[in-house]
Amino acid sequence: MAFGVSVLVFALVHLSGDPVLLMVSSDAPPDVVDTTRRALGFDRPLYQQLAQYLVRAAQGDLGVSLRSQRPVATLIAERLPATVELTLAALLLAVVTAVPLGIVSAVKRGSPVDRLAMVGAVAGQAIPIFWLALLLIALFGVRLRWLPVFGRGSLAHLVLPALSLSTIILGRLARLVRSSMLEVLGQDYVRTARAKGLAEPRVLALHALRNAAIPIVTLLGLQFAQLLGGAVVTETIFAWPGIGRLVVEAIFNRDFPVVQGVVLVVSLIFVAVSVVVDLAYAALDPRLRSEAA
Amino acid sequence: MRQRGLAFWLSASAVGVIVVAAALAEALSPYGPNEQDIAQRLQAPGLTHLLGTDEVGRDILSRLIFGARISLLVGVIAVGVSCPVGVLVGLVAGYAGRRTDDVLMRITDIQLAVPTILLAIAVVAVLGPGLWNVILTLSVTGWTLYARLTRGEALTIKSRDFVQAARATGAGDARIMVRHVLPNVLSPVIVVAVFAVANMIILEATLSFLGLGVEPRVVTWGRMLNGGRLYLSTAWWLTAFPGLAIFVTVLAVNLLGDHLRDWLDPRLRNTLGGDQL
Repeated sequence: MAFGVSVLVFALVHLSGDPVLLMVSSDAPPDVVDTTRRALGFDRPLYQQLAQYLVRAAQGDLGVSLRSQRPVATLIAERLPATVELTLAALLLAVVTAVPLGIVSAVKRGSPVDRLAMVGAVAGQAIPIFWLALLLIALFGVRLRWLPVFGRGSLAHLVLPALSLSTIILGRLARLVRSSMLEVLGQDYVRTARAKGLAEPRVLALHALRNAAIPIVTLLGLQFAQLLGGAVVTETIFAWPGIGRLVVEAIFNRDFPVVQGVVLVVSLIFVAVSVVVDLAYAALDPRLRSEAA
Repeated sequence: MRQRGLAFWLSASAVGVIVVAAALAEALSPYGPNEQDIAQRLQAPGLTHLLGTDEVGRDILSRLIFGARISLLVGVIAVGVSCPVGVLVGLVAGYAGRRTDDVLMRITDIQLAVPTILLAIAVVAVLGPGLWNVILTLSVTGWTLYARLTRGEALTIKSRDFVQAARATGAGDARIMVRHVLPNVLSPVIVVAVFAVANMIILEATLSFLGLGVEPRVVTWGRMLNGGRLYLSTAWWLTAFPGLAIFVTVLAVNLLGDHLRDWLDPRLRNTLGGDQL
């Protein structure tokens, strides 16, 4: 998988035919183009370039930034904690909002609370995050002056970016929690739990939610890629110093080794998250344990 | 039932209005999309300019109407290209099985590991800006969804009796795929394609917003939002209306998708897009 993603990332820069022309300015004289080509090794056969790229990437060497002349791996390592902080905060925010909302909607199916929550969820799925981010900046940053809108530092800096980013998965998650809960609430074991006199919160948390958890965890794993992608937009708007902003800057600077590096690292993170999700299945459902082993 | 009817009719009329506006942009818009009038810059919504003007005095309403054209065009063409490609890959993988299936699904998995927006900005950065490059980029990023879906359906359908019967009567592989498997995977594919149009509209707006989309001359909602962000505190109408346009369009298309799903294939109610309102 990691190998495949590396090949895809390598192929990306070669899509245009001549990667050197992407990296020098459009009015560069031919001898500059030739020198750059040789210096970056683009004059060698494609398979040699690919082999070299793969060997180096496996050793953690992602090349050197054309602009800052610093190793791409170092640049990413510096920026990665900010992105991890932002995506985890957004994920947490989405889960603590969507899970209770979905459960209440399922339990009080058809009630005004349910309707309102689901209208909100559908609207949340349709709102473009960059617009939401601008609205949040206009309201809390410019008008009310409650929260900082640029950069990273205090917890207050994290609020608006995390809030905007969390809406990417919030609506979808709330709807899925609701439908999964509706499905398990009708099952015999839930009726049994109620019949033996368990308190309703205990029934919901231990018997229903636990059984509804598998599709929810699956969605979270899949949506993690969307969160990482959404971070690109959110970080750009809020000047959050993570790898999303790094990649957008790199694109404008034609700094392709950095673009390649970020795409590769983000994809590897997603692959790692998928593995964690698979392991979580076993923890959630003992029936899957023997297969996982 | 009445609720669903209302949501359906509201979203259908919203989509109708947007399609008509996009089609008849020249006739409907009060000003040219790039017509500048510096004397009238940053005018608040009023009688001469219903939705106000931007920083160089262009009419927001006219630009929104022309922007609808790009959003719909990009959304529909990108889905029109990626959907058949994905369906073909999925059909072949699901029907052929074994090595072919392994290879095709591995390729799909690899692409799915890269977040769509990240892949899109990387591809469009390599290809360069421009309307057709954006459409091509979105098509390249979009096909995997259909491939996964079609493969899954094809796998279950190919072992069914009617497919076995067709094979027994001497039908070839291509004929079985087109005549027997394809019609049975079509409903979920159509539903997913409708949701995908909404997704593509957001993706295109995101690319334009980041400054990576179509040529500067072409008006898009994402670019309008990007231009307006500098005037957040002084001229709210620069960001409010384009954002609202994207939001309403995406919401309406999604609601239509929900409705279509229930209508075409009630089995899918809990699997795609979630519950009905």
